[in-house]
Amino acid sequence: MLHTIVLIVENRPGVLVRIAGLFSRRGFNIDSLTVGATDNPDYSRMTITVEGDEVVLEQVTKQLNKLVNVIRVSEMDPKESVDRELAIIKVAAKKEDRSEIMQIVSVFRAKIIDVSPRSLIIEVTGTNDKVEAMVRLLRQFGIKEMARTGKVSMVRGTKAVGP
Amino acid sequence: MGKMTGAQAILECLKLEGVEIIFGLPGGVLLPLYDAIYDSDIRHIIVRHEQAAAHAADGYARATGRVGVCLATSGPGATNLVTGIATAYMDSVPLVAMTGQVPTTLIGKDAFQEADITGITMPVTKHSYLVKDARDIPRIFREAFYIARTGRPGPVLIDLPRDVTVDELDFHYPDIRLPGYNPNLKVHSLQIKKAAAALMEAERPVLYVGGGVKYSDGHRELLKLAERIKAPVTTTLMGVGCFPEDNPLSLGMLGMHGTKYANYAIQEADLILAVGARFDDRVTGKVASFAPQARIIHVDVDPAEIGKNVRVDIPVVGDAKSALSELAKAVGEKPWSPWNEKVAGWKGEYPLCYATEGESIKPQCVLETLYELCPEAVIVTEVGQNQMWAAQFFTHRDPRRFISSGGLGTMGYGFPAAIGAKMGCPDKEVFDIAGDGSFQMNIQELATAVVNEVAVKVIVLNNGVLGMVRQWQDLFYEKRFSSTTLHRIPDFVKVAEAYGALGLRATEPSQLEGVLLEAIESEVMTVVDVIISPDEKVSPMVPAGASLSEILELEEAVPSREAQRAYAGSSASEILELEG
Ligand SMILES: Cc1ncc(C[n+]2csc(CCOP(=O)(O)OP(=O)(O)O)c2C)c(N)n1
Ligand SMILES: [Mg+2]
Repeated sequence: MLHTIVLIVENRPGVLVRIAGLFSRRGFNIDSLTVGATDNPDYSRMTITVEGDEVVLEQVTKQLNKLVNVIRVSEMDPKESVDRELAIIKVAAKKEDRSEIMQIVSVFRAKIIDVSPRSLIIEVTGTNDKVEAMVRLLRQFGIKEMARTGKVSMVRGTKAVGP
Repeated sequence: MGKMTGAQAILECLKLEGVEIIFGLPGGVLLPLYDAIYDSDIRHIIVRHEQAAAHAADGYARATGRVGVCLATSGPGATNLVTGIATAYMDSVPLVAMTGQVPTTLIGKDAFQEADITGITMPVTKHSYLVKDARDIPRIFREAFYIARTGRPGPVLIDLPRDVTVDELDFHYPDIRLPGYNPNLKVHSLQIKKAAAALMEAERPVLYVGGGVKYSDGHRELLKLAERIKAPVTTTLMGVGCFPEDNPLSLGMLGMHGTKYANYAIQEADLILAVGARFDDRVTGKVASFAPQARIIHVDVDPAEIGKNVRVDIPVVGDAKSALSELAKAVGEKPWSPWNEKVAGWKGEYPLCYATEGESIKPQCVLETLYELCPEAVIVTEVGQNQMWAAQFFTHRDPRRFISSGGLGTMGYGFPAAIGAKMGCPDKEVFDIAGDGSFQMNIQELATAVVNEVAVKVIVLNNGVLGMVRQWQDLFYEKRFSSTTLHRIPDFVKVAEAYGALGLRATEPSQLEGVLLEAIESEVMTVVDVIISPDEKVSPMVPAGASLSEILELEEAVPSREAQRAYAGSSASEILELEG
């Protein structure tokens, strides 16, 4: 099962290595990992999706909590949180395919952010499922390149995961 | 305090942390720091190999409870520390390891003697720092010592590029601000209540105690709790000494080379209270069949240990000493029970024992005799059969008087650790119970001990072989003794003498007591070469991967002297029967 964990970590060199090292050393499987700034320059925020059962999740959480540079570890309850991923996809776009591609883009409320004679770059934001669905549909035209951010996640309502 | 160089600031920090001794060896990038050490009151002991610096700091820490400090130069000096740091990490020993580093401007350029030591040691340190600015020195040192000694202790590494030891700073020792580090010391009263109720209800409780009790100084509270509820107590290798082994409730050590009665008690228990222990595979045997009938209460300061290897019914996060003290208050007095009778029966029926036929000195007898001659000794061990005999046949009664590399099982640990222990406790008799293989791994430290007049007594149980590995070949590999015979053991008496130490030898049982007495009375570094048979075994034994109930007796015959003492009087007849 996939679990989503949000970490608030100190914004210091080597922190990412400590976290990645912990996962590999203890045999935990990272599915995706994103890091970015928070509102406070002293801290960064990570979203990690990890594969495993409840026992694995508990160990991951406890081991992460032991890292001195890790300030907060929270598991995201899928029902109580929202999550988004962004992908940019360069897709082959022959003349005869263009209108169909545009249609898909509009159905997914995606955007075309670059146009050239033989290809388009599409930007899509949404849940992991939505991005997956879009990618599946675009495959028939030929995906030349794809970049995905991995998931970021946040608790609904006023509750906040902060330092 | 005004301006000072990074090197001076480092020594100021060490002084403020109460450091009295550093084990280390200099090198190019450390010249500024060593120049400051030249003016300092802190004692610096030059080792002959950096591995020994880490082990000596570790032995010092285990014997005294203070943070041990070691220092090595960049590159090879730093990498030589790694085994020692890993050893301390596995056994949760508070250590601050300082390493020299190439100047910050050269980091990442494969400079001469550059090694990414924070990267290399990341998996075996509790935390580590690469100092990039001299002004960070006070904060980093303060944090490092705090992290090393609090919560679950462990080694912290500080990597010191040459330039930060030269740069100047305004010295100010800041308060600790570590938002991501909050060791959970206070135990939850509700969990204590639950645990106490379970202990009162249990008919067949066993207390299973590890190094956490030693590190938290909880041995008195443990004794009080055990005596109130009449619970038998077994210790891990790390916990040896936390409960007096001559107490009727003591089961000695459990696990692979534990006593039969400790292992049987675990397997029959209806409740196990684990305190400061981590259910290591050498302790549990086959984990699926460990303590099959028992509910488990697990007290540990490290929440990640709870539920890591076995399922736990009542978790108690917190300091072992406070948990034990709270539990001792929360439980009522219990009477001596049929369970106590049953356990006592096992103790009588399956004592630790060893065969006494043959001409040669029995290693078990060496430890028993040493106990009788010097019961207050600090026993440090190497790794192998020597280590297990030292755990089994010396009667351990105090924490911090048995020092051994448990988690990593590092051959070569014992001798330098004994040097560190002796320097921390100069008034105690410190013995390194050694194997001929292990002793040769850090034998060069004879120079360190002799030069600094450290009167450690090394007792080499010299079987001419890598005995523990050979024992497995004997039992499980049809006596195919591949690469376990050492062929030529150096003359340890002459080696000792060459270094300026005292060398003694015992080849026959009749010489043993005299030679040990001479060693005890010696006021200098002493090596005792005790010649034993290569066929001696550590017994009993749970084969790897087997359940604790499948413990095998490899040596039958005479019960250990501790067993004989325990059963002197009422049940002496049972022992005689066994002997016959
Ligand atoms: C550094 C290291 N290398 C290898 C081993 C594997 N090992 C465990 S016990 C042992 C034999 C130790 O021989 P010795 O010191 O003579 O002790 P004995 O078992 O003979 O008492 C070996 C090689 C180890 N524990 N540590
Ligand atoms: Mg040997």
